[in-house]
Amino acid sequence: MKPKIQVLVAEPSDIIREGLRSLLDEDDFVLQAPLRDLPLDAPQRIARQQPDVLIMNPTLLNKPSRMQLVSIQQARTSMVVVALVYEYVEPELLSQFKTVLDIREKGSRVAQLLRDCCQEEREEDEGYELSERETEVLVLLAKGCSSKEIADKLNISVHTVNTHRKNITRKTGIKSVAGLAVYAMLHNLVVG
Amino acid sequence: MKKHGLYTGRTKMADVVATNHTLILAMPRLGIALGFGERSVQEICHEKGLPVEFVLLIFNVYTFDDYLPDEEELAATDFGPLVPYLEASHRYYLNERLPHIERHLLHVAGSAGERYGTILKCFFEDYRKEVVEHFESEERDVFPYMEGLLHGGQKVERLPSHFADNHTDLVDKLKDLTQILYKYIPSEGFEEELNELVFAILQLSADLEKHAVLEERVLLPYIQQLERRQADEA
Repeated sequence: MKPKIQVLVAEPSDIIREGLRSLLDEDDFVLQAPLRDLPLDAPQRIARQQPDVLIMNPTLLNKPSRMQLVSIQQARTSMVVVALVYEYVEPELLSQFKTVLDIREKGSRVAQLLRDCCQEEREEDEGYELSERETEVLVLLAKGCSSKEIADKLNISVHTVNTHRKNITRKTGIKSVAGLAVYAMLHNLVVG
Repeated sequence: MKKHGLYTGRTKMADVVATNHTLILAMPRLGIALGFGERSVQEICHEKGLPVEFVLLIFNVYTFDDYLPDEEELAATDFGPLVPYLEASHRYYLNERLPHIERHLLHVAGSAGERYGTILKCFFEDYRKEVVEHFESEERDVFPYMEGLLHGGQKVERLPSHFADNHTDLVDKLKDLTQILYKYIPSEGFEEELNELVFAILQLSADLEKHAVLEERVLLPYIQQLERRQADEA
């Protein structure tokens, strides 16, 4: 079973907090006791409660406490901080958030949006080393095999090969087969 | 329809290049050179006998990432100089930019040691071949078709379906090369040469990206518009 996603909401409006709670009323979410504002001990609370996602009204950062987003993020670096936006927010401030949840977003999409963010965060956490399987796929690509041929050789589906390819590109920053071949040569995975 | 923020005929040419200096490299392909004085885009176009709307379209596509002309603008633009412009771009990439990159790359390959040098040279040679083939096929198949549609007397039966297939590939490969240079080539002792090479590649890759937008998202829709018009008339 997939791990549950711990969600913390920081939002002054009762109506919006309640709305979010009902939209996230699904098995894979756990909602922690929400915050109405950002108390001075917010970083400590976050460090204690370990939420995976913080959905936060960015205007809370402008309040007298002058809390910096960076100190909230530092309390838990793997936490995805989502800006919940329903009024004008300076783009500069907004750009510090991992993603933006617009108040006009379709209710049915909200849960999936959060799942996708967490998934991305987890993938980035895996680091940039190629796994053994990915290395095998890379070597075959470098030798000029098509996805279909690789699937046959490794006894996996073409879909899985393509997932490996996507991960290889994400980790190396290299898209083209020619570029991957160079990567393989430079890492002594194939003979040039 | 008036769009905000885009260049217009009344924009001073000097202001155009002040906001996007990379256009300086595209202008020779239109026959425009520096030394604008206070003249506007439309004044310079009139002098050079270039259609203003066409030149503005090129400038705007090159400068504003999300700008694309709509159907109306396409229909109202004189695309006479488009094919000569694209051909001039091909010549510029082949005869100036690629040799420029090659010079820097040979420097780096020479300094990086045989193993790295050979791999880099091979990659670049393959890339150049691919670019040449791509341009040749466009000049053989696509441009004559477009000219036929524009000026009547169709020379090519129909547009080859593979057009626009490998534009992204040409750009991707350059980006991959920069990634490889950033990460995996030890640069000790020739840091500056490597930086020069990277900048030369980035410049070409940005130019090719816009070139691809012109071909795929301006030329192609325009061809389709002309085809529809011809079909209506027939």
